[in-house]
Amino acid sequence: MRPTVTNQVSFERVDGVLLVSLAGRWQLRRGLASSEALEKEFQGVPRIVRVAFDAKRLNDWDTSILTFLATVSDVARQRGVPVDPAGLPPGIHRLLDLAEAVPERQGARQEARHAPLLERIGTGTLAVAGSARELLSFVGDMAITFVRLFRMKARYRASDLFLLIQQCGPQALPIVTLISFLVGVILAFVGAVQLKQFGAQLYVANLVGVAMVREMGAMMTAILMAGRTGAAFAAQIGTMKVTQEIDAFTTLGLSPLEFLVLPRTVALILMMPLLCVYADVVGIAGGAAIGVGMLDLSWTTYVQQTVHAVSMRDLAGGVFKSGVYGVLIALAGCLRGLQSGTSSSAVGDAATSAVVSGIVAIIVACGVFAVVFYVLGI
Amino acid sequence: MTQEAIAAGTAPHIIVRDLTMAFGSFVLMHDLTFTINHGDVFIIMGGSGSGKSTLLRHLIGLMEPARGEILYGAINFTRSSGPEREQILQGVGVLFQSGALWSAMTLAENIGLPLEEYTDLSPAEIRDVASLKLALVGLKGFEDYYPSQISGGMQKRAGLARAMALDPRILFFDEPSAGLDPITARLLDELILELRDSLGTTVVVVTHDLASIYTIGNNSIFLDSDARTITASGSPQELRAHAQDAKLRSFLTRGGTHNP
Repeated sequence: MRPTVTNQVSFERVDGVLLVSLAGRWQLRRGLASSEALEKEFQGVPRIVRVAFDAKRLNDWDTSILTFLATVSDVARQRGVPVDPAGLPPGIHRLLDLAEAVPERQGARQEARHAPLLERIGTGTLAVAGSARELLSFVGDMAITFVRLFRMKARYRASDLFLLIQQCGPQALPIVTLISFLVGVILAFVGAVQLKQFGAQLYVANLVGVAMVREMGAMMTAILMAGRTGAAFAAQIGTMKVTQEIDAFTTLGLSPLEFLVLPRTVALILMMPLLCVYADVVGIAGGAAIGVGMLDLSWTTYVQQTVHAVSMRDLAGGVFKSGVYGVLIALAGCLRGLQSGTSSSAVGDAATSAVVSGIVAIIVACGVFAVVFYVLGI
Repeated sequence: MTQEAIAAGTAPHIIVRDLTMAFGSFVLMHDLTFTINHGDVFIIMGGSGSGKSTLLRHLIGLMEPARGEILYGAINFTRSSGPEREQILQGVGVLFQSGALWSAMTLAENIGLPLEEYTDLSPAEIRDVASLKLALVGLKGFEDYYPSQISGGMQKRAGLARAMALDPRILFFDEPSAGLDPITARLLDELILELRDSLGTTVVVVTHDLASIYTIGNNSIFLDSDARTITASGSPQELRAHAQDAKLRSFLTRGGTHNP
């Protein structure tokens, strides 16, 4: 006969002894027995002096019964009532002993604590100050590393550098092509609609040319590379932290800054200006496609007008900016990677914050350049 | 320090004085004082979470002591910097818990990198040295494998080959037998003893593997996570025979069974 009864528990008081009768099938999948009735029994009068068990009608059991019994003994202990486990099957008895063999470590339990506002402001401020100090010392260390590079004393693997150049140069071309062509097209569209009102469609070439070369070429490439390469740097270096590869460098007296950060920074400084010039050209081509296809300009007119509008100075300014953006992307990516914690989610956070801080740094730098170039009259 | 003293195993190699390890305001261990002699196989014992690996990270300079100092021979490692520190570190090899091989490089390149940086050997010679080190740990023929292509136990042995690349005077092992099958673990123990006997390498091992503690250790300390300091030191065999401290006895006898 298969018993189908689920967990059953009943209480009985005999001369101050609380007899807990356990019966039926106790299985985790069928749920736990409620302990509310138990609390009530303890609150009732007369006072209980001892807890005993009757398990004669117990069919089979798993840890669900242990969970219930642990609650019983906790409740009893809080009230100073002794528990007599004699009535329990020996298996349950032994497992309960095992669960209580190692006492709870003092202070091990972490309680969610709601910090007062002032404390949170204070911790927040200290954290900001701490990360500012970290940033400064990282930038300082990198400056020293670059000095060592120029004095030919920096140690890194040339093969690493070539691989990185490959990754952040040629391999980025398809996405840079797509995005900058579309940016050129969009700029041309916006300009065309406005300039048509004055019959000045020809100046679309000026608009697209100057905008791409001065700002958009460098910025779009930079934002792309922050998402593509900055995140990759952070993830690579973060993972190396998890696997102790960074520690392995340090204990050999090799600087992770020279071995990991330096080649990445150099690769981006070298590749960003090239990508930027390429993006400028593709963007202008995008503008030309609209100019020729929609505004009935000829290719020659469009090109002549662009050459006329864009000065070498504009081009140099854009290229210079892209180099600076390259440094920012590389440093943001590598710093976040080096700051990463040692869990998989920490590496994910590092990659995310590399992209965020990279893009923020790019936009801020772009603003600073705008003001400086204006003041210098470039 | 004389050659005789080194040979007799009484010349101090690493001296730790009043070392306190802390994370922020949380003190993990305090007032650790011990000496590791030349040619010792020195075991750092203790239960899980007692700070064994953290102590090792202090000894190899990955963490700075909250208080106290670490001396390598006559040089104060804690206060050293620049070339002095680099020189000490070049005499040190570390086998990390997970092997920590550089995953972007082949095994030969992993072992070759320290040699490239610190010796004048030609690339062909470096490759020969790397092959020899791999052969010593039983990985002959695996020169051109990447770490991800070999098993965890093999990564660990390759990690040892890299730690031995520069023939360090002192080798640190963080849980060497963790994740190894019993036979490989025993081979590793034999290799450790062989390195000590033939090259005179000082070996510092963080472990709680009793079999290897008794096989290789000739000196040890026991970190007690409740007392937060060293509660016993000496040769593991003697500690097992004479230890009074209940916690240490239970550790050394696997909680009471007398034949670990």
